[in-house]
Amino acid sequence: MAGLRFDLRDAPDGAAALRAEVRAFLAEHAPNFTPEIRARSWMGFDRDFTRAVGAKGWIGMCWPREFGGGEKSFLERNIVLEEMLAAGAPVGAHWIGDRQSGPLILRLGTEDQKRHFLPRIASGEYAFCIGLSEPDSGSDLASLRTKAEKVDGGWKLNGRKIWTTFGHLCDWMIALVRTSPAPEGGARHIGLSQVLVNLRAPGVHIRPIRDLVGEKGFNEITFDDVMLPEDALVGQEGAGWAQATSELAFERSGPDRYLSSHPLLEAAMVTLKQDGAAAPALGRQVARLWALRNMSVAVAGMLEDGQDPVRQAALVKDLGNDFEQALPNVVRDLIATEDMPEDMRRMHAYLTQIVPTFSLRGGTREIMRGIIARELGLR
Amino acid sequence: MASEIATELAEQADRALTDAADVAVLRAVEAGDWPATTWDAMAALGLNGALVPEDAGGVGLGFADVAPLLEVLGRHAAPVPLAESIFGSALLAAAGITPPEGALSFGARNGAIPWGRHASHVALLDGARIALYPAAALAWEEGGNIGHEARDHARVIGTPIAEAVLPNGWGAEAGLLCTALMRSAQIAGAMQAALALAVDHANTRKQFGRPIGRFQAVQQQLAVFAAETSAASVAAAAAARAVDRRGLAAAAFEIGCAKITVGEAATRGAAIAHQVFAAMGITEEHQLHHFTRRLWAWREEGGSEAFWAKRIGQEAQALPGALWPFITAREEEITP
Repeated sequence: MAGLRFDLRDAPDGAAALRAEVRAFLAEHAPNFTPEIRARSWMGFDRDFTRAVGAKGWIGMCWPREFGGGEKSFLERNIVLEEMLAAGAPVGAHWIGDRQSGPLILRLGTEDQKRHFLPRIASGEYAFCIGLSEPDSGSDLASLRTKAEKVDGGWKLNGRKIWTTFGHLCDWMIALVRTSPAPEGGARHIGLSQVLVNLRAPGVHIRPIRDLVGEKGFNEITFDDVMLPEDALVGQEGAGWAQATSELAFERSGPDRYLSSHPLLEAAMVTLKQDGAAAPALGRQVARLWALRNMSVAVAGMLEDGQDPVRQAALVKDLGNDFEQALPNVVRDLIATEDMPEDMRRMHAYLTQIVPTFSLRGGTREIMRGIIARELGLR
Repeated sequence: MASEIATELAEQADRALTDAADVAVLRAVEAGDWPATTWDAMAALGLNGALVPEDAGGVGLGFADVAPLLEVLGRHAAPVPLAESIFGSALLAAAGITPPEGALSFGARNGAIPWGRHASHVALLDGARIALYPAAALAWEEGGNIGHEARDHARVIGTPIAEAVLPNGWGAEAGLLCTALMRSAQIAGAMQAALALAVDHANTRKQFGRPIGRFQAVQQQLAVFAAETSAASVAAAAAARAVDRRGLAAAAFEIGCAKITVGEAATRGAAIAHQVFAAMGITEEHQLHHFTRRLWAWREEGGSEAFWAKRIGQEAQALPGALWPFITAREEEITP
């Protein structure tokens, strides 16, 4: 059960100063954050804001300077992420590029890919999305069927990705696709590759899917003989599964797995400030938040040390999702929705409808618990 | 990160308890025996002074160093007052009283004293006032928690060896805070033990032709148990670290948050353990209950979840600003 062990991490040097700088920046922008923007958390998409964050050097913070990064530690980056989420800033236009696409390109990309993409992600120019799920492949991702065929001068892409967040607003996708058939009777994970897809390329058809709140957040993206250049491949041909799963610890342990509802908790603290009867329920939320933060920072420390805490990350995500998902209901037990101030009621309404996604995105609750169960030796 | 010495101490205690505190011992202690052999084995490790500063004749470890050791005590449901001796010695030393040898316990003067009747010395607390009594100076009204651990009320019939006042950094709630911190780490340890038993059972007990742990319904429950166990351990360690940084009294927020977290975790974990063991886990014969009854009992000691939740909630409501800056500042704006 070594994979369930957490070692506490202390704050990095200069933490308070960095935090103060991020807070000052956010205070300038906060007047633009409507209740809906704050409630959307990292699902809020705002290119202008993202460019401003990029100009501060807070996208790709840990990457080498030659690629537009800041050579900061993972723990310093974590401070910036925490502050953005705590304030409900619209970080969606750079969240995926900073969290996943950029680190993947940095680790496995060619020199040319790194030179082209990383500085543009870091400046906020390029927004990335991830192409994993397909109409018939959700949790059973290895059953995916989108195919990139080797042709003269590159690859020909055909198939369909779905639930791609902000696909209609992004510039690039890193898609997991099949580049060779799975071996007869062998593991389906073999023969998958990761490819860079320019979402403006001919043959890419993007159909936004309206969500239950009435917003166009995710998409179905069809690839119809889309020509990809030779160098669209990221990393090794056929190793896409291992590459994609090695990023999971980065994807799953961050503050975006427990702070998605945080602006509502802050609003509740203000509204219920004088309500003695609310103290115990609020105290439990505070305690949980405190514990989750310690766990999440511990995982950031392990990542900083070059470990691959994929199981701890699944565990933090599972506990964190439970917490952020339960919050709207906890709050409405303390104050009736009709008694909430206007801003709080709007955040509450949005979150009530959207929290079911928290334990779906980035791997479902059941998948997270399956990973933990495997570590326990049950699978 | 746990220091090397912390890991070593925990491993020593683990070995000693594996030999000296098996289920037969637990059973005898719950029936009222005093496990002299177990205590002697633990006393031989010389840990009473773990938290006592070196210049006061102790080992001079920090609270974070001792947390893994406390987890080990929980993992074995250690039927001796070693945690109490370690924390009691720390309290006495802080007040300038030389800690005694042997089994020591402490608690509020009017409260239940853990292992009181078995201790050779007891430190009684009235707020920040602390007085050290020899066993001969106390008479006991015997009681126990639902883990069948001795929890006795003291009546003073003699004179204290020494009396003093704890410094401000320890404060008037020192007894409560020490107890909450001890039990937090012990709960994390007892959860580890119950989880290991439940996982082992799930892998060996067969129904419908296969181990029940092959069923996803069981796997998912045990995953929740494991997650809560990790949360409990992190919470206890983080609270201990806060004491090292800020002193005991100023770490009340972290200790309270930890006690809420471990209490909720214990409730959830114990329920899952019993669900996995089904009827077998309810029997007196099976060892599971030695851990689950302690989990339930320790939730109450050092303040329950409800007690701390109200306090932490009130503290959060009274903040001049937002919650988030308060939480982050506690980690970052205090130099160790």
